Amino acid sequence: MSDAIVSIRNVTKAFPGGVTAVDNVSLDIAQNEFFALLGPSGCGKTTLLRMISGLETPTGGNIIIGGEDMAYTPPNKRPTNMVFQSYAVFPHMTVEQNVGYGLKVTGVASGEIKRRVGEALEMVKLTALAARKPDQMSGGQRQRVALARALVKRPKVLLLDEPLSALDAKLRDDMRMELTRLQETVGITFIIVTHDQDEALSMASRIAVMDRGAVQQVATPAELYEHPKTRFVADFIGKVNLIDARVHRQIGSKVDCELKGVGRMELASNTLVGGQVAVAVRPEKLKIATTEPGSAIRVHGKVRDVAYYGDTSHVVIEAADGLNLSVNVQNDTRLGGSGVERGQSVWVYWASEDSIVLTE
Amino acid sequence: MENWKQNPRVFWTLGIPPSFWLLAFFIIPLGFLFVMSFSDKAMVDGQVSITGYDYLTGITNYVRAFDRLYLGIMWKSVWISALATALCLLTAYPIAFGICFAKDKWKPLLLLLVVLPFWINLLIRTYALIAVFRTQGYVNKILGVVGLGPYEMLYNNFAVIFGLVYVYMPFMVLPLYATIERLDKSYLEASLDLGGSQLQTFLRVTVPLTMPGIISGIILVFIPCLGSFLTPDLLGGANALMIGNVIERQFKAANDWPFGAALSFLLMYATFGALALRYLFMLRSKGVDV
Amino acid sequence: MAAQLKPGQGPLDYGSRTWLKVLFATIFFILYAPIITLVAFSFNTDKRGVVWRGFTLDNYTKAWNNASLIEALTNSLVIALIATVLATALGALTALLMWRFRFPFKGAYEGFMALPIVIPEICMGVALLLFFVNSGMMEFFVHMPWPLNLGNIIFAHVTFCFPFVAVVVRSRLVGFNRQLEEASKDLGASEWQTFWSIIVPYMKPGLIAGALLAFTLSLDDFVITFFTSGPETVTFPVKVYSLVRRGVSPEINAASTVLIVITVVATVLAMKLQAPPKANKG
Repeated sequence: MSDAIVSIRNVTKAFPGGVTAVDNVSLDIAQNEFFALLGPSGCGKTTLLRMISGLETPTGGNIIIGGEDMAYTPPNKRPTNMVFQSYAVFPHMTVEQNVGYGLKVTGVASGEIKRRVGEALEMVKLTALAARKPDQMSGGQRQRVALARALVKRPKVLLLDEPLSALDAKLRDDMRMELTRLQETVGITFIIVTHDQDEALSMASRIAVMDRGAVQQVATPAELYEHPKTRFVADFIGKVNLIDARVHRQIGSKVDCELKGVGRMELASNTLVGGQVAVAVRPEKLKIATTEPGSAIRVHGKVRDVAYYGDTSHVVIEAADGLNLSVNVQNDTRLGGSGVERGQSVWVYWASEDSIVLTE
Repeated sequence: MENWKQNPRVFWTLGIPPSFWLLAFFIIPLGFLFVMSFSDKAMVDGQVSITGYDYLTGITNYVRAFDRLYLGIMWKSVWISALATALCLLTAYPIAFGICFAKDKWKPLLLLLVVLPFWINLLIRTYALIAVFRTQGYVNKILGVVGLGPYEMLYNNFAVIFGLVYVYMPFMVLPLYATIERLDKSYLEASLDLGGSQLQTFLRVTVPLTMPGIISGIILVFIPCLGSFLTPDLLGGANALMIGNVIERQFKAANDWPFGAALSFLLMYATFGALALRYLFMLRSKGVDV
Repeated sequence: MAAQLKPGQGPLDYGSRTWLKVLFATIFFILYAPIITLVAFSFNTDKRGVVWRGFTLDNYTKAWNNASLIEALTNSLVIALIATVLATALGALTALLMWRFRFPFKGAYEGFMALPIVIPEICMGVALLLFFVNSGMMEFFVHMPWPLNLGNIIFAHVTFCFPFVAVVVRSRLVGFNRQLEEASKDLGASEWQTFWSIIVPYMKPGLIAGALLAFTLSLDDFVITFFTSGPETVTFPVKVYSLVRRGVSPEINAASTVLIVITVVATVLAMKLQAPPKANKG
C-alpha cells in the first residue's frame, strides 16, 4: 500500500551459527492501524518489533518508516516509541520525571514539558500520582506510566511488547478497552506483539500470524478465523477440526476429495494442487443429531467426552478411521445441558461451505 | 532457621570457639592498643625507657598526632588515596561495563583475567613496578630509544598513586561488575528509545542505577589505600610518606609505641567513618542493590 | 555517537565496539606486562639490567641454594598449612552458626565477625605485636623449637583468615536444601550423624574453597607477618621484602615467580570449586 506508515521489505535477521529469527519478511502497515504480530514464542515477532524500534538491526532488507529507510538508524532518531514488556519505568525518577524524560533529553523547553506531561498524565488518568515513585505503584499503574511516557513524544508509531501478558484477567479486560480507546483518540498507528490470540483478535484491525520467522498470513481477525490459508493459522487461531483428505480431481471452482472417516464430497477450493490436503471445520459449525440427518455431509460416531463450560460444552466424538471431531454445543436451555452423554451414538453434520480446504 | 534456644548445646558448641578466638586474638589486642594510645613511655632514672610504659597518662599522643607535621601526612594520605580511588573507578567502570556486554562465553574468562593479578602477592606486584619505573627501568629504556628521558618516575607521589591504582583496580571491578550485571538492560533501551543519546543514557540512567556498586567499590579501595604501607614504602621512598609508613616507623625504628597506637586508632576511626558514610548512603539509595 | 548502526548490531552491543576492545587491550597490557616481564627476567642471565642476555635457570638454583630464602619459604608453607587447618575449622563453625541459628544481636555479631576483614591490616598487625609482647607470648614462643616458634605468626594468621573462610562456607551453605536434613532426621539419624553424613559432604566444596583461600591469604601475607615475626621466624614475603630493599635482582624475580605459581594454582582451584553446582544439587 502506498500510504503505509511502516513498510517492511524482505527483512531478515540471521545469527552466526545458523539461527534465523526473521526470514525474509515483507509487511505493510497503514497509518492509524491497530496492527498485531501474533505467533507462538520463538516465531520472531518480538525480534521484528525490536527491529522496527531500532533496538536491533536486520542482517538484510529495508525498514521504511514514514517514507525513510531507517533499518540502520539508531533508536533515538526514529519516530517510534516502545512500551516494554517489563514497562522499564525508571525506578530512580518520579512519574512526572519519567514521563518528561523523552522530552528533556531532546531539548524541549521546560514550560512545554510541564504542559505536555500534564496532558499525557490526564490521558492515562495518573495525574494524582505525578510525584510518586514507581516502587510505590502497582503493575497496572506502571504500565500506564510507560504508555504516557511513550505517547507524550507524539511518535508516528507506538510499539507495544506483550502489553496484557503481565496483568490479571480483570485488569486485562480494562486495559484492552483502554488501549483501543487510546488508539482511536490519539490517532497513532499501534503495533502490538502478542502470543495470545484473544488479545490480537479483540484489539487489532489487522493481524500478521508468524511462525518460525516467516509470516503465514496477514488479514483482519474475521478473515483469519473464517478463511485461514494454512494449517498453522487454522490451528493457532481458535479451535479447529483438521481432517486429512485426498484430492482426486478438479471440477471447475470445486475439488472432488475424499475425507478420511467422512467420505467423498465436492468442496469449494481455489487450489490447483492435487494430492494430500487438510479440510478444516470450526467446532461451532458442527451440529449433533441423535437420528440420521438429511445433510450431505454426515458422520456417525460415539461420544467420547463431554466437557462442560457453563455457556458451552465441548463434545468429542469418535468416528471411523480414527477421526475425532470436536463440537461446540451451546447450552441454550437451562435444563437440557449439551443433550448428549458419554458413550452415546450420534451423528455429526455440517454445511459444505463451512469446510475450508488447506493445502499447506 | 531455628531460634538458638531450641538447641543450646549445638549453638554454644558452634559459637564458643570462634568467638573466643576473636576475643582473645583480636578484641583484646585492640584493647591493648587502645590503652597504649593513651599511655606514655616511662621515665627511668631521667632517661626514656625502651620497654617500660606508664599506662593511661592522657591524650598527649592524640594531641601530638594533630601536630602540623602529622596532620600534613594524614592529609596527604587522604588525598593520595582519594585520587587513587578515583583513578581506579575511572578505569574499572569501563572494564566492568565492557565485560557485562561481552558475549556470554567470554565473560568468565575476562573476569578471571582482570581479577587474577589481584591474587598475586602485593609485594611482588609492587616490586614488578620498580623494575618498570626506575631510571634504568623498562619505560625509561623504551623512551630512551626515541630519545626521551630518562625520567624520575620512582620515589615520588606519581609512583605511589600509580602503584596503588595498579594494585587495587582489579579489586574494584568485582562490585562494579556485580551491580552492572544486575541492571535491567531494558532501562537503557527505554532511554534510547525515548530519544536519549548514548552519553545521556549513561549519565542519567546507568550511573544513578549502578550507584550502590560504585559506592561499594569506592569504599573497598579507599580503605586499604588509606592504610597502605608497602606501596608507599617501596615506591615512594622518603618523598611520599603516608600514615601507614609513620605508624610502621613508630613500632620499628622510632620505638614510640604509644604514639603509633594513637595514629593506628585515628586510622581506624577514619575507616569506620567511611563505612558509616556508605551505610548512610545505602539507606537513601534508589538504585540496583548489590 | 555513530550516525548509523551496522547490520546485525544493536545500539547496546558494546562488546563489539572498537573503542572497548582497544581499552581492554591497553588495560590488560598495563596490568600484565610488569608481571610477565618479572617472570621472564627470572630466567635472564643479566644480573643487573633490563636487557635480555640469555636463558638460564641459574637464578632459580641460586635461590634454591640460598639457605635463608629456603628457610623462609619452609616457614611460610608450614605456617600456611597449620593456619589453614585451624582457620577452616573456625570458619566452618562460624558459618554453621550463622546459617542455622537466629539469636539476639545477630547483626552485631556479624559485624564483629567482619571486623578483621575490614580494618586496615597495619592496625591489626601492630595490635597483635603489642598483645604478643605484653602477654609474654612472644617471649614464650621465641624460645620454642621449630616449628612451635612460629606460634605467634600462626595465631595472627588464623585470626585474619577465618572470617574469610566463614564467608565462603556460608555462601555455600545458603544453597543447601534443608529438607535433606529433615529427611535424615525423619529416617532416624541423630543430630551428629546427620551433620557428618549429610551436611558435611555438601559443605565440602565450600570448605575446600575456603581452605585454599586461607592458604593463599596466609602464604601471601606481608603486613601482619612483618609485625609479628622476629629475626628467627622469617616468612617468605618478609624475606623477599628485605631483599627488595637492597635493590632489584633476578634472584628475587625467581623467588617471586615461585610464589606467583603457587598462588595462581591455588586460586584457580578455589574458583573452580566455587562455581555453582551444575548437575549435582544437594
